[in-house]
Amino acid sequence: MAEVWTLSECSFHGLKDVSYELLARGRALADELGVLLGTVVLGHRIQGEDLQSLIEHGCDVVYVADDQSLANFTCESYANVLVPLIQEKGPQVMIAAATTAGRTLMPYVAVKVHAGLTADCTELAIEKDTKNLLQTRPAIGGNIMATIKSPDHRPQMSTIRPRSTKKPLPDAKRTGTVVRIASSPTWKNEQVQVLGLRSLEGQSASIEEADIVVSGGKGLKKRDNFSLIEDLAKAFDGEVGASRDAVDRGWAAYPHQVGLSGKTISPRLYVAVGISGAIQHLAGIKTAKCIVAINHDEHANILNLADFALVGDLFAILPEIQKRLQERSRV
Amino acid sequence: MHIIVPIKQVPQTSDVQMDRQTGTMIRSSSASILNPLDLYAISAALELKDRYQARVSVITMGPANAVKVLKEAIAMGCDDAVHLTDRAFGGSDTWATSYILSLAVKKLGIPDLILAGERATDGDTAQVGPALASWLDLPAVTYVSKIETVDGDTLIAERLIEEGYQKVKTSLPALLTVVKEISSVRLPTLSGKKRAMASSIAVWDAQAIQADNRYIGLKGSPTKVVKIDVPKVSRNCILTKVEDDVSLKKGVDQLMAFLEEKDLLPKGGAHHG
Repeated sequence: MAEVWTLSECSFHGLKDVSYELLARGRALADELGVLLGTVVLGHRIQGEDLQSLIEHGCDVVYVADDQSLANFTCESYANVLVPLIQEKGPQVMIAAATTAGRTLMPYVAVKVHAGLTADCTELAIEKDTKNLLQTRPAIGGNIMATIKSPDHRPQMSTIRPRSTKKPLPDAKRTGTVVRIASSPTWKNEQVQVLGLRSLEGQSASIEEADIVVSGGKGLKKRDNFSLIEDLAKAFDGEVGASRDAVDRGWAAYPHQVGLSGKTISPRLYVAVGISGAIQHLAGIKTAKCIVAINHDEHANILNLADFALVGDLFAILPEIQKRLQERSRV
Repeated sequence: MHIIVPIKQVPQTSDVQMDRQTGTMIRSSSASILNPLDLYAISAALELKDRYQARVSVITMGPANAVKVLKEAIAMGCDDAVHLTDRAFGGSDTWATSYILSLAVKKLGIPDLILAGERATDGDTAQVGPALASWLDLPAVTYVSKIETVDGDTLIAERLIEEGYQKVKTSLPALLTVVKEISSVRLPTLSGKKRAMASSIAVWDAQAIQADNRYIGLKGSPTKVVKIDVPKVSRNCILTKVEDDVSLKKGVDQLMAFLEEKDLLPKGGAHHG
């Protein structure tokens, strides 16, 4: 029976969390279909314990391509591995993360294998009669939810945003197979070379992968006040986000921008401070689990989407929250 | 140097308000605009035009009125435009759309560079750029925040990825998708507007690009939309007004209790915030 596959992603420190999150999605589908769950890991110097960990987190078959030419993600070399592998093994479902790599590789591969691909799925389910994959995703700024299927093409391909699924619990007793794919000279990609990496200033992690994001907007009034957001983010153990207004004014760098022309994120907690909530901003946070708004205007758009709102002077409210969080950390 | 910029007409969303009851978008009109993120691709292409005397062509697929966005691109400084329009293209998903665009690019002649916006604000998939590169077997360099140099058939760029800014070198021809950071948006000029009015825009249908009708439109699209739902606002906002010290304390107490219940507070004692 054709397998369900996920695409695992590596960073310098080993597997990314999203690789495990995808296994939770894939496991549910594989169980419903009564088939094996496979995952594909591409990279260089991949640790054996990481492969074992994938099995413990729900995977049955780990397909590994480990080669120097795969040390950095480039679309062409990764596609050179994945396309023939899909053609040979014929998985029925392929789920990848909606990361910069996943969002580049999946459409590139979908063309080559003539498969349908649905971006940013929030729900995946199996249709009762046909066993087709039903993929639900937000569109038009999250104002509609579309359910999509690819009845006549395999694999049925989807991307899923990081943090939108809970990482499954490991089971040390689980067993599975590791299949090593023999290196091929066709993997090497002469066209694109990675020359280096410059880390983001200030914050360590990226906002798309953060559990908690504290964002500031126009309501902070001036650049100096933006440090209130940075302090609060730190106290929450989260990352700093910003509205387009704040980025355009130079209070935060572009990688922190949340919304249609910035990043779409799904943190467990999003705190919007002094952000009125233009539709473009809301589109970027629709899939956040919990939204807290701090705003002086009780008619601000952001309150339509918030789970909890403090309406009042943010310059009084933020220090009070900061104080409480600090008291907690001293306990 | 020849640069092709594929662009898209999308529904206007900037003036849209949310309906408080239903959580749906209230469209002020059915007006459509040039995809805001395509403006950065056009502007980046025009910067290269200034630096390297490039010719910049824009292409779009869409109904008759999509010609408006092509004229806008010419008014900004692009040189020529192709409008792909045919009833048979209707309902194309990203797979079929990228196929149609690839045929148009081939008919124009493979350029040195294809610059695309990161994604369109309506479909929001970011799939058509990399898919177009795949049809043309070109390198796909995505999320480009800066083009450093173009030297002969080599381009050096920075990509904005999760870990930071990644510097890459690609051979040309290549396809780049760009993020907002790459350029500031150019405004249409008066002379550009005059040129746009006078310019004749090529109109190509399925036959003109010799499209295989098994690969286009609704029928040629691997993905099918089964249903569309308008999500209800599921969030019931707990709203607390803060007007003085007493309500401030109470409000923040409530917030902390709310976060505690949802297990969203950092664990105490681990470190000093």
